[in-house]
Amino acid sequence: MIEVGRQKIEAINFRLRSSFFRLQTMKIAVIKYNSGNVQSVLYALERLGAHPILTDDPNEIKSADRVIFPGQGEASTAMGYLKARGLDQVIRDIKQPFLGVCLGLQLLCEHSEENDTECLGIFPVKVKKFIPENSQEFKVPHVGWNDLENLKSNPLLKDLPENPFVYYVHSYYAELSDATIATTHYIHYFTAILNRDNYWAIQAHPEKSSEVGEKLLSNFLNI
Amino acid sequence: MLTKRIIPCLDIKDGRTVKGVNFVQLRDAGDPVELAKAYSDEGADELVFLDITATVDKRKTLAELVTKVAKAINIPFTVGGGISTVEDVKVLLNAGADKISINSSAVKNPGVIDEMAREFGSQCIVVAIDTRDVDGTDYVHTHGGRKPTLLQTQAWAKEVADRGAGEILLTSMDHDGTKAGFANEITSEISSALSIPVIASGGAGNMAHFKDVFTFGKADAALAASIFHFKEVPIPELKSYLDQEGIVIRK
Repeated sequence: MIEVGRQKIEAINFRLRSSFFRLQTMKIAVIKYNSGNVQSVLYALERLGAHPILTDDPNEIKSADRVIFPGQGEASTAMGYLKARGLDQVIRDIKQPFLGVCLGLQLLCEHSEENDTECLGIFPVKVKKFIPENSQEFKVPHVGWNDLENLKSNPLLKDLPENPFVYYVHSYYAELSDATIATTHYIHYFTAILNRDNYWAIQAHPEKSSEVGEKLLSNFLNI
Repeated sequence: MLTKRIIPCLDIKDGRTVKGVNFVQLRDAGDPVELAKAYSDEGADELVFLDITATVDKRKTLAELVTKVAKAINIPFTVGGGISTVEDVKVLLNAGADKISINSSAVKNPGVIDEMAREFGSQCIVVAIDTRDVDGTDYVHTHGGRKPTLLQTQAWAKEVADRGAGEILLTSMDHDGTKAGFANEITSEISSALSIPVIASGGAGNMAHFKDVFTFGKADAALAASIFHFKEVPIPELKSYLDQEGIVIRK
């Protein structure tokens, strides 16, 4: 019995050490973009023990093990930025796990109502503006902590608590679709998290979502 | 469901927390990073840092502090105090702040709200309004509530929202420090009239005051300082109380 227990502990220790080692050596590219939350995403990854690099160099991005796009700001400006550097095509061609955050989710969709912007089209989903029915009850932007619902079985959502709270700041949302793996309710249900092939995307800010956000980021690194 | 937010406020001078704090588990009660971490571990939904440092050269310390806080905590935080230009905002956002808060500079030069919102987006521009009742009418005050302006509070709140503020931090100077409850009436008036969130501040003394400001005051968030610092109202207890009272909060 004791021997079995010790073997189990050793196996756990080995997994912990190897996952730590993996994080230490994993090449994580965070796509450089002129927005404040990029820094917060880097800090969040560093808190997990990872060593992300901030870059807009297509070769660095292509050779990374994981790619994260933590967009923030306005859709057409951000798309313009990506196109100017040829990053739109780099993102479309990527085979390794890719995570879009906030505006990063919206840009992976087909089209955004924000300045009528054609987006990357990874997800066949439209991005619309929140229209409050009653401005007293529902204000726009949707700011604060709201819960994830209807979680599908997915490696990104592994071991999350039931209906976990995440931090949102946004005025536009992605419609529900086949690629939706979690929803949130504000005015109506919208897409909280998307996944298709090697692309994942989160509307909330995992870098600001306390332990739940940390779990989402570490799940992404462990996919 | 979107939750109501509980926000502790930390006053900072020369990079250190001022106003006493009574957190037994802290090694250094004057270290804002350690205090911020303790609040985030306790379940605070957001933090506000208010810099009351007078001199300009010491404000560099603030940007350094913001970086340290951003590295240490995983919840959003706002930085305010003495911010007047787009350049000030840029420095603090790049250092890792999620939002900045402006007060007197917006009163002096309202166009700066439009400028900041255009440059960085409304989501990170909070306008703080200090209000005081003068013969039955609410007027905006500056300089820590000492100096009255000719701006009526309700009209100013609407103007800052129209100019692109993403949130309003409304402090009632009549209630601040009294521990007799938030200014529910004016909070409700402003929150109902505007389509941006309102953070209520000033007057928190017990847990029921928070329930009142979320229900009667229609506040989206509530901010307090000393009752949190001195553990008169511990955040975990406050949250379970509000939950039992049917207020949607993050557990």
